[in-house]
Parts: sequence; C-alpha cells; structure tokens
Amino acid sequence: VISEPGPPSSEPPPAVSNQPGLGDLFFSFLGVGLSGFGGVLPWARRMMVEQKQWMSAEEFAEILSLCQFVPGPNIVSMSVLVGRRYQGLVGAIVACVGLCGAPLVLAVILGALYAHYGELPAVNGLISGLAAAGSGLIAATALKMLEPLFRPHARWGLVLVVPVFAAIGVLRLPLLGVIAVMAPIGIGLAWWKTR
Amino acid sequence: MIGRGEALFEIARHCLVVSVLAVGGTSSVLPEMHRTFVENLQWLSDRDFAAYYAIGQAAPGPNMMIVPLIGWHVAGLAGVLVSTLMFCGPPSVMIYLIAGAWDRYRHARWRIVVQSGLIPVTIGLVCASALVVAQASDASLVAVAITLATAALTFFTRINPLWALAAAALLGLAGVV
Repeated sequence: VISEPGPPSSEPPPAVSNQPGLGDLFFSFLGVGLSGFGGVLPWARRMMVEQKQWMSAEEFAEILSLCQFVPGPNIVSMSVLVGRRYQGLVGAIVACVGLCGAPLVLAVILGALYAHYGELPAVNGLISGLAAAGSGLIAATALKMLEPLFRPHARWGLVLVVPVFAAIGVLRLPLLGVIAVMAPIGIGLAWWKTR
Repeated sequence: MIGRGEALFEIARHCLVVSVLAVGGTSSVLPEMHRTFVENLQWLSDRDFAAYYAIGQAAPGPNMMIVPLIGWHVAGLAGVLVSTLMFCGPPSVMIYLIAGAWDRYRHARWRIVVQSGLIPVTIGLVCASALVVAQASDASLVAVAITLATAALTFFTRINPLWALAAAALLGLAGVV
C-alpha cells in the first residue's frame, strides 16, 4: 500500500500572521465595507483568515468574542481591534475609517435620493417593497437566535427573552430601564446555572 | 422646528445612550431608536424609519447605516458625522482600552457568566426589533406577506436574501405592495 505523500517537511507551515501595514489595513477594510450587505462579518473573516492570513481561525474567534462582549456595532469594534493589534492607535483609526467611509458616503447618497424622490409613486413602491423584505430579514435573524434556546440546558433563557420582548416590542418601554432590570437577572440566572 | 445646534446636541445625546446599550450590536437597539426619534421627538415618520432601515440593509457595509441616515434626515451632513461618531466612538474607545486586558479575562468565570446572562436579553431585543420594524414597514397585507415570505426563505433555506430584497423591490416598483 502506497500512502499518500504528505507535504514535504522542509516547507514551513503556512504563515498565519502576516503583518499588514497602514495602507493594507485601510484598503482591506475598505473592501470588506463594500462587500456583502446587512452585516459584513463573514466577509471580514474571509479576508483576514483565509485570503490575507493576518490571523488564524482561533484568533479570529477570540477577537469576535471580545467584540460581542462589548456593546456597539460588532464589525466596527473588530476593525478597531485588528487595527490596534497591527499598527496601534493609528491603525485602529485607519481600519475603522476604511470600513465605514465608503458605506457612509453611499448611504448618504441613497438617503438624499430618498429625500428628493421618495414621493414619486415608483420610488415609493420600491421602498415599500424593500422595507417589507428588510423586516423579514431581521425576523429571520431573530428566529435563528431563538432556535438554540429550545435545547434543554438553554431553556432558562426564555425566562428573559419573553419579558424583554414584551417590554421593548409591545409596551415600548425605555431600553435603559429594561436593561438595568433584566441584565442583572440574566447574569444571576447564568451564575446559578453554571454553579 | 428646533434649532440646528439643539438638534445636533439631541442626536449626540441619544446616539451615545443607544451605543452603550447596544448589547449584541445594532439590531438590539432599533426599538429604542424608533421610540426616541419617531415616537418621542417625532423627527421621522414610521415610513422614514422603515425606509432608512431598508436602505441600510440593501446597501453594502455594516448594518448600522440607519444611524447616519437618521442623522442625515435631521441635520444633514453634520448630523451624519455627529450620529456616526457618537454611535461608534464610545464602543470603539471602550474596546480599545479593554483589548490589552482581555487575555486575562477571556477565561475568567465572571466573564463567561456575564456574557451568557446577556445573550437571552439580546435575543429578546432582536425579537422586539423584528416586531417594531415590521410594524413600521408593513402598511398593507401584501407587505406583511413579503415580510413573512422573506423571513421563511432566509430561515429555512440558504438562498441569498439579496434575491428576496430584489424581488420585493420589483414588486414594489410594479405598484403591488
């Protein structure tokens, strides 16, 4: 039996920490910002882990967990962290501006078009259709997030999901008050569950 | 109508509050933005809110584009800059400062407990977002049907949701919605 030849041992393992410079940070995040829609995290992963090999999949997961721990738009936080990691404060700013700059310009152009032509029947209809589908997207996201809560060990989370949904979605209570009450309850329950 | 300076100050204040409460990201704070800017301040109509959300979804880039679009609506270019800075700035500074100490806390029990306690809160918020955005968006039965169909298509299949957005836009263009 002839075994499949493995990779020659003289070759170094693939480098997973190429060090991007400021220009590379800017243009790479510019590309990420202009790809995808309604969430560009998968594109950021593809660029940093697979294409440019700035980091390993594990390092990406680690950075993502920090982004999810801190409030705010996750992908913006990620650009700050990655920029900081390779080029310090200037890198953080450059990566963040690279990510948000072009989509901001585009959004303002679209917003201005809406302001000028929103009353035209065709534009009005187009926006109505887009808005209806857009709210379907967020409903699908909510369903995907709800799914794991129905596993036996995670069901306790429903004790929080239902009142938070009712308070914010139905009663329209202020977010600050709801979080001030529900976050400590959630953390307490999680602490009790992991004892 | 309130003055421009006062409007910018209000935008800054509300975006700051919303940014530090955005556990789980932008999708968690859509109801609070609706409550603040549509219900309380009445700076936008339901329709504007839904349109800006939809534009933000249909355009490429981070899904927080509804924030600068509201800033644009209220105070033009200055509104764009102020809303974006106040929405992205505080979390960015926070994460920049925490990053150095993260390795120490990543496996700490309190970190895991805090994060797993906040996940159900985040899920409740995203569910509320779905309801609030749908109520602002769907003015007809056809619109409700499009919302349900898009949700089902995205949840049950791996078809790129861009197709659903494009189809819905075409239906709207044809005057059906």
